[in-house]
Formats: sequence, structure tokens, C-alpha cells
Amino acid sequence: MVFLAKWWDLRDLGNPVGQFLEFLGDHGPDWLPYVVSALIGCVAIVLFLVPSQMVIVWAERRLIGRIQARRGPNRTGPWGIFQTIADTLKLLAKEAITSRHVDRWVFWLAPVFIFVPGITVFAVLPFGPGMVLADLNAGVLFLAAVGSINAIIVFMAGWSSNNKYALLGAMREVSMLISYEIPQVLTLLGVVVFTNTMSLSGVVQWQDHYNTWLIFLQPLALVIYLISAGVEINRSPTDIAEAESEIVAGYHTEYSGIKFGFFYAGEYFAGFAIAAVVASLYFGGWTLWGLEEWVPGWLIFLGKLYLLFWLFIWLRGTLPRLRVDQLMGFTWKFLLPLTLVNIFVGGLEVLLWQENDLSAGVVLPVFAVVNLVLAVGLAVGWARFLGHARPDMRPRRALLMKEVGAIVYGQEF
Amino acid sequence: MDDTGTVVAFWILTVVTLGAALMVIIVRNLLHAVLSLILSFIGVAGLYITLSADFVAVTQVLIYAGAISVLILFALMLTPRAARDNAETFLQGPALILAGLTAATIAGVAAATDWSEASRGPFTQTAQAIGEALLNRYVLPFEIASVLLLAAMVGAIVLVRED
Repeated sequence: MVFLAKWWDLRDLGNPVGQFLEFLGDHGPDWLPYVVSALIGCVAIVLFLVPSQMVIVWAERRLIGRIQARRGPNRTGPWGIFQTIADTLKLLAKEAITSRHVDRWVFWLAPVFIFVPGITVFAVLPFGPGMVLADLNAGVLFLAAVGSINAIIVFMAGWSSNNKYALLGAMREVSMLISYEIPQVLTLLGVVVFTNTMSLSGVVQWQDHYNTWLIFLQPLALVIYLISAGVEINRSPTDIAEAESEIVAGYHTEYSGIKFGFFYAGEYFAGFAIAAVVASLYFGGWTLWGLEEWVPGWLIFLGKLYLLFWLFIWLRGTLPRLRVDQLMGFTWKFLLPLTLVNIFVGGLEVLLWQENDLSAGVVLPVFAVVNLVLAVGLAVGWARFLGHARPDMRPRRALLMKEVGAIVYGQEF
Repeated sequence: MDDTGTVVAFWILTVVTLGAALMVIIVRNLLHAVLSLILSFIGVAGLYITLSADFVAVTQVLIYAGAISVLILFALMLTPRAARDNAETFLQGPALILAGLTAATIAGVAAATDWSEASRGPFTQTAQAIGEALLNRYVLPFEIASVLLLAAMVGAIVLVRED
């Protein structure tokens, strides 16, 4: 891509900002460009997130309505597009009840902090060639680190509420998060093995350079990442931390009014963050095989982001909620071995490629075919081995955690 | 450490880290102590960033703030009388002695270190440097640590197993 690098080259919004910062650097104190660039980045991220959330909530409700053969919101404005605004106003006007004996400080801080992980992730995500707030060298690891903070905040909400359902939800969320974090980090490692860099811009540029997407090289990792991320952001079918049919509303049972709204919005921000991560790591980020020379890269990136979020909506609308023991057994017995094999195979392939100086044009298609076959074979074979592929082998009753978590010899469910 | 931004960030992070660490020992509520501990961990991660050790900083957040503190939370939940406060215990004396010895050791090391090395300039590829050091020069300690962790894991499984 030819960079004109003038302020009017809006294919990359980094250009006008960069020129502005240069101007500030020439005419002001040294620290001014740093402060201003940080401010511009933060404001831009929030300006993107909040309207997206407003629109996507409406779109999700309409889409799920369609999936479930009902209308969805359709009264406020044409096709109900003002429904989210009306709901937000309602949440703002509602009384925020603080029940007795709550841990007041923690109870108030949790809904504020819930935004932190979802928003912080966007700091390292490249919206375009120059549109990244902080291009960390350890960007991929940063994603995992920020995601792991989520557990603490949910636990804060659940513990401080002084409510058994809230505490149950919080404990579920925490145990799920530390279990699903392992396959999640290991799948990200698969990406790093191929690209040889942990910077997210580096990953996008690698995909651009070899003219491929990592979904072709790491199909199994992508599926596992989507599942683990779905658990992390707490969306149905894996929203057991707030399962209405079991524990009222889980960790935000006691929250009302705009404090509940904060949790609701924070969930969407985290969802956008996951979709953006998948778009960057596996779908080429702001590149689209040359189209980014004509269309702004950030529009391509946003398009990919919304399409991937639509996948989450689709999953939510069509799959029933999983049980706690099923989810917990699934990650330890099914996902974890597969991710280990995936990393091993990825490392072997990269080693073959680098040691023998093979040309990427020959090697990458071969790897893609091999990995796809391997992914399908491993998933099906391991499911058969564990007995998940045969419905008659599934447990008849709900199993206690210790029955599922511990290795029980000589007993097959 | 010569430009203004780093100095300001250093002092803010120091106040946050030390203030949170102080809160850990003075607050009465045990959960508040754990949350302060997490804040202290994050402050230390920020200090690593001012030293341009981004990989170590991110690992600090991932391991300490994300995993170790969750384990502490579990310990808090699973102990009987978990709601008891952060009051005096009979371990106060030994803990004070241990903390004093640790502080003395760190101070001794800090006094003995040749700090002129800090002017070498920032690393650009910290993760790569750490990886190469772990798998070349320090491969034996690295492997010993892995074996130790594996033994701990097997031990945990044996402990909770029901035949």
C-alpha cells in the first residue's frame, strides 16, 4: 500500500493524527504529543465502542427475534431502532438500589471496573497501519492478561452483593475463567509460533506479507479460541455465571438501574474485543487482499469485527445453555489436549519450513490442508475416544463437580 | 529515568503500589486485603513498564493479578471462618521477622548491585531475550522448575482423587 501520509489520506486515520502531533511537538513542550495522543486514542476507542454497542444491542435483539420466530423490538421508531436509547434512558432513570449489608465500596466499584478489560484490549488492536494506540511487543500476551482480570471484577460484584445466587455466579465465573484461560492462551501461542512476533500489528503484517489468513493455518485453534472466548465473555450458550434458569441473574442479581446497565454494556465491550482479536489474529485485521488500498483499512476491520460478532449472536440464538459440569469437563478433557497437539504440530511445521528454507508459496497451502484434515480428524477422533460422539453414553443425571473433575477409574459415564 | 513522563509515572505507580501494599496489612476485611494486593500487583506491573520490560509487566498481570490472586480468592472462600477479619494472629511475630529479613536481603542486594547498567538503553525484543536466556543459559533451572510444578500437579491430583 502506498502511503501518501498526508493529513487528508483518511484511509488511515493515523495520518491526520500523526501530523497534528508533529505540529504539537514542533510548537509545544516535549510531553504534549504523548498526552494528546493518549487522549485521542482513548476518546476514539470510546467513541467507537459506545455507538457500536447501542446499534448492536438493537441488531442482536432483532436477529434473535428472527431466529426464534418472533418480532423483537419494533415499536420505538422505524423497525424499533430507538429501542436501545429508550432502554438506556429507562436504566438511567431507574432507582439504583443498594441492598442492606452489601460491601458498599466493592459493590460500587465492580460495575465501573467491568469496563476496564473490554476497553483496554482495544489499546493494542490495530484498526489500520498506523491506527494503534500502543503497539506492545507482548501484545498477544497482553490480551490474555487483560482477559484474566475479568474474573476478579466479577468476583468483586458477586462477593460484595451479600447474596447466595450472586456468590454462586461469581464462583462459577471464576472457576470457568481460570479453566478456559489455559486453552485460550495456548491457542494464541499457536499464532505466535507461526508469525514469530507477539505484536498484533506484526501478526497482521505477517498475514499480509504471506497473503494468507491464519484461519487457514490454525483452523482448530480458531474454533477453540472462539469457544473459550465465548465462555470468558459470558454469553449464552456458555453464560452459566448468570444462568437465569438456575441462579436468578448470577453475579449481577443485586444490581439494578444503570449499575446493571454497566454490566450489560461491559459484556458487549468484551464481546467486541474478542471479535476484534479474532479479526486481527485469524482474519487478517485491516487487510483484505489488496482492497485496503481503495477502502479505508479501519472500515474493513470494523466489517470483519461486526461479522464475527454476528457469529456470537447466531450461537446465542440457536444453542441451548450448557451445564456447569459439562463445560468444566469439556475444557480439561477435550480442549486442552487438542490445543497441546495443535501447538506441537504448528511448531513442527514452522521448524520444517525454516530449517529447510522452503518457499512459503509451496509450504503454506500444504500446511493449510494438513492442518484442516488434522483439525477435523482430531476433533472427531478425540470426541469418539471420550464417548461424547455417542449420545447414549452421556450421563443421565447432573453430575457433581467432584464426580466429573476427579479421575474415576473403571467407571464410564 | 530522565524524561518527565517517566518520573511522574514512577512516582504515581510507587504511591499506588506501596499504598495498596500498606492497605493489605491494615484493612480489617480480608477480601479488601486481597483486592488491595491485586492493585499492588498491577502497580508493580506498571513499574516494569517504566523500565521498558513490557513482557515481564504483562506476565506480572497475567500470573499475579490474574491467576495467583484468584487462587488466594479460592483459599479465602474455601477456608472455614472465611469471613473472619484481618485481625491479630499468633503468626504476627514470625511474619514480622520474615518480612524484616526479606527487606534486609533486598536492601543488601540493591546496595551491592552496580546500577550503572541501567543506562544501557531499552531492550526492544524483551520476550525474545528472555526466551533465549531460559532455553540456552538457564535451561537447567527452567527444567527443574517445570519438574517441580509437574510434581505439585501430580500431588494435587493424588490428594483429591477418590478410588
